[in-house]
Amino acid sequence: MLAVQVLINALVLGCLYACIAIGFSLVWGVLNVINLIHGSFIVLGAYLAWGAYQWAGISPWYALVVAAPVFFVLGYLLQRLLLNRVITAPVLVTLTLTFGLDLILNNAMIYYFKADYRKLTLNPPTGSISLFDVVVPVDRLIATASALALTGLLYLLLRRSKVGRAIVAVRLDRDAAVLMGVDVKSIYAIAFGLGAALAGCAGVLMALIFPISPLTSSAYLGKAFVVCVLGGLGSVSGALAGGLLLALVEGIGSTLIGPAHATTLSFVLLIVFLVVRPQGLLGRKGFE
Amino acid sequence: MTRVNLALLLLIACVASLPLFGGAYALRLGTIACMYAIYALSWNIVGGFAGYPSFATAAFFGFGAYATGILLNKGVPLSVAVIGSLVMCFVLAAALGAVLLRLRGHYFAIASLSLVEVFRELVNNATDLTGGGMGLNIPLASGSGILADATFFFYAMWGLLLITAVVVIIVSASKLGFGLNCIRQNETASNMVGLNSTLYKSIAFGLSACFVGAAGGIYAAWVHYIDPSDVFDILYSVKPIVMALMGGLGSPLGVVCGAFVYLGLEEVVWRNYIQIHSGVLGVLIIMLLLFLPHGLISLRSGMFWRKAKHV
Repeated sequence: MLAVQVLINALVLGCLYACIAIGFSLVWGVLNVINLIHGSFIVLGAYLAWGAYQWAGISPWYALVVAAPVFFVLGYLLQRLLLNRVITAPVLVTLTLTFGLDLILNNAMIYYFKADYRKLTLNPPTGSISLFDVVVPVDRLIATASALALTGLLYLLLRRSKVGRAIVAVRLDRDAAVLMGVDVKSIYAIAFGLGAALAGCAGVLMALIFPISPLTSSAYLGKAFVVCVLGGLGSVSGALAGGLLLALVEGIGSTLIGPAHATTLSFVLLIVFLVVRPQGLLGRKGFE
Repeated sequence: MTRVNLALLLLIACVASLPLFGGAYALRLGTIACMYAIYALSWNIVGGFAGYPSFATAAFFGFGAYATGILLNKGVPLSVAVIGSLVMCFVLAAALGAVLLRLRGHYFAIASLSLVEVFRELVNNATDLTGGGMGLNIPLASGSGILADATFFFYAMWGLLLITAVVVIIVSASKLGFGLNCIRQNETASNMVGLNSTLYKSIAFGLSACFVGAAGGIYAAWVHYIDPSDVFDILYSVKPIVMALMGGLGSPLGVVCGAFVYLGLEEVVWRNYIQIHSGVLGVLIIMLLLFLPHGLISLRSGMFWRKAKHV
């Protein structure tokens, strides 16, 4: 029974990991920017959900609807005003710039919310489903379903809409896209906005499950790194595959050798993947 | 020896006269200034000369600090412990570098970043050896007074800075430096003409790690207490990059100036706005990248010095 429980947990957690990583992966794949502010966006989303529930009694499901446009605008403006200026600079510059942004946002959050850990507790609690000996909390189940829905939504957007096709075109070949009349600067801003919106929504979902504190942002960022590298960059299916693999490895690892080593294991896996298969599970060679 | 390198050595020599003027606080600042300059110079070997954006500084700083701390607790004298951790860091980094430096760009940045996490978690979990999350107490090196102690550690750090600077100058003028330059400009081409780029990159990574490790060792002996979240702080990896960007990427004199200026700014911000110091640091980084992308040294280009070699 333990094996089934570990498997179910990994499935639930894997979908959430995919949701954390997918915006990060989009920005990395399309803009070629490692967006270090992603973790802080997730935490800010969690605070949004927490604040809305605590002060206005708005349920997190509605907060999801609010978070998406708010974070989209935030991300769009950041890209338009700041990042687009240095987008052609070497890796080091864009990376360091987003690090600076992350320092500011994280410091602001510590300043306003303090570094205390908070928890969004739904009232009444949603309880849990138990089937034979396998227990799954309902709130986790709902969060997982929402994460999957968000992932599916992004997939549809990239596949079906005109903007989505333009984003994919820029990701495939920037110069060719320019020649076809795509406004690359605005596509960059839209892609970054989408990444931020997904981070914000992921944060709302995380608020249901994990404690909230500005200090957790680096942990989310670390997960996003690992998932992206495991699954392959810029693709929705890659993020899902990476998320599931990471959750599985963490789950099995912490059952067998103890939870203290789960993080080490995931980062060792990351380095091994980087060296052996840098294009990820589902990525194509030369397309990284 | 070029004029720029002479100026660098002169600058470092001037720093040595600090104990004549200041008290314990000035000595503390001076020690940190030397430590930062060591970081920046070391990072410049792999980040500036070879063009690989390394975030592994914190990993080797922490490794050196813990290696020295454990050796000191075993009764090994300080000098032996520091040299020991220098050698260990070099060997470890050269071995890791042979694997990690096959990656380029973003992938290398992430791999080096996760090296810090892996080291921290390993130290955190090896409670028997390192004390885990409780940290590690390090016995006092000498029983003498506060000022004598401060002077001793200042000169220890300063000596290490001098060695680092001399090594960096030698490297930049040698075949190794030339090879690293080639690797930065076009690695595939330099491989084609018969340069053993794996070997060169490993040596560069090793050199960039060993002095940082030794600095970590002196730091550990200096503060008497280290814990994983302190010495494996990711900020230690980012600071040298900011210093190098501030001073001018690739120029040893530039990065040392960058380190001193950065420390000055950090100290002012830290003293006046303790609650928002990391936010102010963030603003500073962004301003720097947007308005002064070639560093301080580019301000005077054409007037006194040659332009910063490359950006």
